[in-house]
Amino acid sequence: MSPSAIRRSAMAGFLSQLLNGFQYGLLLFLIASGLTLIFGVLGIINLAHGSLFMIGAYVTFLVVKSTGSLWLALPVAIVSGLCLGVLLERFLFRRFYHREHLDQVLLTFALILIFEELRSLFVGNDFHAVPVPAALDFSVPITSGFSYAAYRFVVIAVCLALAAALFYWIERTRMGAVIRAAAEKPEMVDVLGIDARRVHLTVFAVGAALAMTAGALAAPLTAVYPNMGDGLLIISFVVVVIGGLGSVSGAFWSALLIGLIDTLGKAYGSTLAVGGIGGVLSAAASMSVYILMVVVLLFRPTGLFGGRT
Amino acid sequence: MTEAVRMLPQSRTAWVALAAGAGVLAVLPWVVTPYYVGLLTTAMIGAMLALSLHLLVGATGLVSLGHGAFYGLAAYTVYLISPEGAPRPVWQTLPLAMLAAGLASLVVGALSLRTKGFFFLMVTLAFGQMIFFVFHDTKLGGGTDGAYLAKPLISAFGLTLEPQSLPRSQRAFPAYYVALTQLVATYLALAFLLGSLFGRVLEGIRVNEHRMVAMGFNTNRYKLAAFVIAGMLAGAAGHMWSLHSGFVNPELVGWHKSAEALLMILLGGIGSLAGAIAGAFAFYALGEVAQQVTERKLLVEGVVILCAVLFLRNGLMGIGSPRKRRPPQQAAVTGVPAAGKAGAHG
Repeated sequence: MSPSAIRRSAMAGFLSQLLNGFQYGLLLFLIASGLTLIFGVLGIINLAHGSLFMIGAYVTFLVVKSTGSLWLALPVAIVSGLCLGVLLERFLFRRFYHREHLDQVLLTFALILIFEELRSLFVGNDFHAVPVPAALDFSVPITSGFSYAAYRFVVIAVCLALAAALFYWIERTRMGAVIRAAAEKPEMVDVLGIDARRVHLTVFAVGAALAMTAGALAAPLTAVYPNMGDGLLIISFVVVVIGGLGSVSGAFWSALLIGLIDTLGKAYGSTLAVGGIGGVLSAAASMSVYILMVVVLLFRPTGLFGGRT
Repeated sequence: MTEAVRMLPQSRTAWVALAAGAGVLAVLPWVVTPYYVGLLTTAMIGAMLALSLHLLVGATGLVSLGHGAFYGLAAYTVYLISPEGAPRPVWQTLPLAMLAAGLASLVVGALSLRTKGFFFLMVTLAFGQMIFFVFHDTKLGGGTDGAYLAKPLISAFGLTLEPQSLPRSQRAFPAYYVALTQLVATYLALAFLLGSLFGRVLEGIRVNEHRMVAMGFNTNRYKLAAFVIAGMLAGAAGHMWSLHSGFVNPELVGWHKSAEALLMILLGGIGSLAGAIAGAFAFYALGEVAQQVTERKLLVEGVVILCAVLFLRNGLMGIGSPRKRRPPQQAAVTGVPAAGKAGAHG
């Protein structure tokens, strides 16, 4: 290959990693925005949020297996996410708003165990691939020699649409105003006599539905497998820490940042592994997200994008 | 003692009961089958881990989800200095394992104690997972499969106790008695700490950190000291695990380990140090029963945790005294002003 051809293919690889990072960041946002809202408004630490992602992916797998349609799976995931969220809030989480963090941690840890065992009981412990719909099973040519999977563009588009809807809901509607107020000054919302219970129920249900939608979108990309939400839960916590607690826009920018850093760090970290110092750099690249969190904690303990302690 | 310490036995009778419990444990191996000797050893190791975490959760009001990492790190330290076929004596491995756990908890604590409440939980969780990924993703400690190690030799003053030299039915005894000794030592060390000025300051921080700051205490330094001591004691428990099992895998480091330890504390009762021990034994007994009754051990565990957290507010230690309320935690006093919290304290 001529030098210019090599440069072009390296460039194409970099572009596709950028797009992967962007798409990963958007999926992270769907999970992290629910986490940050549920904590900001309800004061609940939901460790089972990663399990909701897993459930969304498995619901998609089951729907695709029985009907063959991914287009049906998406609304099913959203609606069942809303229903599951309502049930969880109404019968469990509502009792835990005034309880200590320890109780919330253990409640949600118990839910993780129960969800994973039910999954194992009904679907089993195997890996399952979820096929990309035939209509989208092609690559979009972008430049000569570089193309990108069409389904990933659809994921990006759906995530952006959901993010836009979420921002509209939070920033422009009456309930959104109450949610922002509740995340900032909960006493004031109580004093004004606003029915907080309806707000709590809605926020929890929306958060659960977002996580399950993320799982549904990710299913064809990663396949479905046990404990698939575990790693994402931790990364989403990092997103929330960096974005600032209770801040949806903070979660958005920090999710994109982390999606890009994580993807690029993992893609190019191994190329640094030459010699002793290279090995260290390579390890650092694969942990770049955590290193970023440490730096943010040192200099901006309340998060990069505003938020509060 | 001028005044009873909240988390310690409140009467002479209670102390005697505790000593009797230790006495029963000392006799048990001669009564039960070797399988249960092993299970009891595992339960005592769990109790040590829960005890060490209790210094943070019960005494200081800090809920950490990264505590399992120090436990696992210590076990991996034993693997690194005493790999299969090259055993080292306990007096070398134990200090090094505790040192490794102590150094890690110093770094993690210094960074994560800059945050409070919810942030503290998430940051300790993230740091714990960072240590987890070091052992899970690299070849350093055998990767995802884990690795066998040479169990540290129980030796002192040139004399070595070789389990293989004992009759078959007694080979698990050395590890059992080392674990029992270490459990008693851990409890007494923590009891001493809680009764000292240091423990009183931690209690003050738990109830009202602002007031302690106003009184001139550098509360961050006290919290960091508690975090490091708890980390080192967790390291001692992790060392004991390596001595007992001779095996390490990433599961030891993961956050589920921390959650299990928290569960033991909750099961036993958050207001009592000995509750962590009772909770650990209850946890392993539950696991054992669940395993015999059903294949779905984790499902049973999940449902029991759910019931415990819903209905058993004061843990096993609180069953006899229903009127005793759980004390407030630090997070509720100085933590984030979330919607729910406002009603409770406003």
